[in-house]
Amino acid sequence: MSEFGVLEASFRAKRAEGRKLLVPYITGGLAGWQDTVRAAAAAGADAIEIGIPFSDPVMDGPVIQQASQMALEGGATPVSILQEVRELDVQIPLAVMLYYNTVHHAGHERFAAQLASAGIAACIVPDLPLEEAGPWCLAADAAGVETVMLAAPTAADERLPRVCARSRGFVYSVGLLGVTGERATLASTAVSLARRLKAVTDVPVLVGVGVSNADQAREACAVADGVVMGASVVRRILEGGADAAGEFIAEVRAGLDRG
Amino acid sequence: MSLMAEPSAEGRFGEFGGRFVPETLVPACQELEAAFDDAWSDPVFRAELDHLLRTYAGRPSMLTECKNLGGKLGIRLVLKREDLNHTGSHKINNVLGQALLAKRMGKKRLVAETGAGQHGVASATAAALMGMECKVYMGAVDVARQELNVFRMKLLGSEVEAVHSGSRTLKDAVNEAMRDWVATVETSHYCLGSVMGPHPYPFMVRQFHRVIGDEARAQSIEMLGDVPDVVVACVGGGSNALGIFSGFVDDRSRLVGVEPAGGAAVTRAQPGVVHGMRSYLMQDEYGQVQEAHSISAGLDYPGVGPEHSYLASIGRAEYPNVNDAEVIDAFQLLARTEGIIPALECAHALAWIVRAAPEMQGQTVLMNLSGRGDKDVGQMMDVLGRE
Repeated sequence: MSEFGVLEASFRAKRAEGRKLLVPYITGGLAGWQDTVRAAAAAGADAIEIGIPFSDPVMDGPVIQQASQMALEGGATPVSILQEVRELDVQIPLAVMLYYNTVHHAGHERFAAQLASAGIAACIVPDLPLEEAGPWCLAADAAGVETVMLAAPTAADERLPRVCARSRGFVYSVGLLGVTGERATLASTAVSLARRLKAVTDVPVLVGVGVSNADQAREACAVADGVVMGASVVRRILEGGADAAGEFIAEVRAGLDRG
Repeated sequence: MSLMAEPSAEGRFGEFGGRFVPETLVPACQELEAAFDDAWSDPVFRAELDHLLRTYAGRPSMLTECKNLGGKLGIRLVLKREDLNHTGSHKINNVLGQALLAKRMGKKRLVAETGAGQHGVASATAAALMGMECKVYMGAVDVARQELNVFRMKLLGSEVEAVHSGSRTLKDAVNEAMRDWVATVETSHYCLGSVMGPHPYPFMVRQFHRVIGDEARAQSIEMLGDVPDVVVACVGGGSNALGIFSGFVDDRSRLVGVEPAGGAAVTRAQPGVVHGMRSYLMQDEYGQVQEAHSISAGLDYPGVGPEHSYLASIGRAEYPNVNDAEVIDAFQLLARTEGIIPALECAHALAWIVRAAPEMQGQTVLMNLSGRGDKDVGQMMDVLGRE
């Protein structure tokens, strides 16, 4: 068995083949969200980040806030979303993005087991920084769930290797100072932080937050191993459903493959 | 050692507190912690803050004995008059401290959340005084019911942004202020208005408010010959309560924090994590944070500061709750018997005193009157009718 988890093993193998990694974010629990996951997989996503909506998403801008609120109003819960994950038949690894109280409330061991049994490979918890992450990471490790850590542009050089050492799956390189949302241009911090991370780790480095279109994804991937795209995908889901999101992801995929 | 000493190195009071923030904010919290520790032990900073508190905020605030109401209730009732501070509430203590600290850290902009508007007004005031830019986030529901304070903040030169997400009250204003801070952390200081949030805020804000308790203890001994039997304060996030409790926590005084019935986080005693802290939090079976409901915007908060959770968990303080009807009665009672119109928040504390008075006969009761009721007069006009 690989020393790496399902997600990280897959990403490392694809990186070795020269492929840039594309991870769309899809809000779980929105009407038809499973179709969007299938469309994203068919359009060339390398993994999917499924958002489990939370009442108080402090790292999210207006688009993902709106999608989260719609999903919650539609009755989505962590349990219902994980149940629906079991019905997915896509062949790429699935990760969840959630806020820490969802984990804390369920209990670390119990929640890690729920993720594992639903076939979730990895977990991203944006309000759980390194200093607070220990107990959850141990529970997740034990259940075989990879915990992706976030690295921020504000971090001092000495902090980055510690973040990378604790990260499984990939390192989420936060592209800018701010919350999720589309921007007209890629922030200079997106490339500079990815470069700082690449210098200290061989864990795949993916840039997320503020990567808004195919050109920006290519720009980030000049240094990074891949990108996470959230608000740009979710806006298309809200405006045009699974097909619109799929078309957009295919467009980004083509851009990345062009190199 | 005091029961209200410093938190652990991880910012914990017992099992509560901590620093559950996005990575982007971790360095800022660490920097703030170091800057506060440095400033708090610097006699020059302390003297500067003390000077502002005396010559600008109007400290020390006095004690007023309520002979009419106390006689009626069969207790000796004393008010700590934080309502007489500049800007009309205790909030100015914390804000002057944080603004001085922000300036010392080279920050040029304050970000603040506000519920009733008292912290927003205090922040706008400090920003005006110190020549800083200030942006205040306020839930759209609160903007509507506290329009006087909204205009006051604008007069003071601050920008006020109505928050339309979630429950559109204090909880959502905190979310939006944190989102602003994530984007502007290099130039902005988040001037958090209560003993909540990530470490070091709960500790720092309590230290800036402990002047209330330190003064009140000395004043009580002078006026009553002893510490009071009971110390009472209202609790939303809980800053005025921790301020006054800090003076009496190691004495024999009974400590009572009064929550609104629709925001009784401590009564439910369910730990959760939001806004950077682990504390008691109103949440549903999946950990979604629930909306608080009360007549007072300042107490419409589904959580409570972590040190309150700690004091409750060790049994040192108790946290009953009162309903809106009791609060409306208490609001009018203090006005008619003592000629003092309290903030609706403080009327919660008084409502509990009225309810519990039969069991406190002959006792001395100190209540923190943390704010004045001018801001609530418009709202009460709608509740009570204009006649």
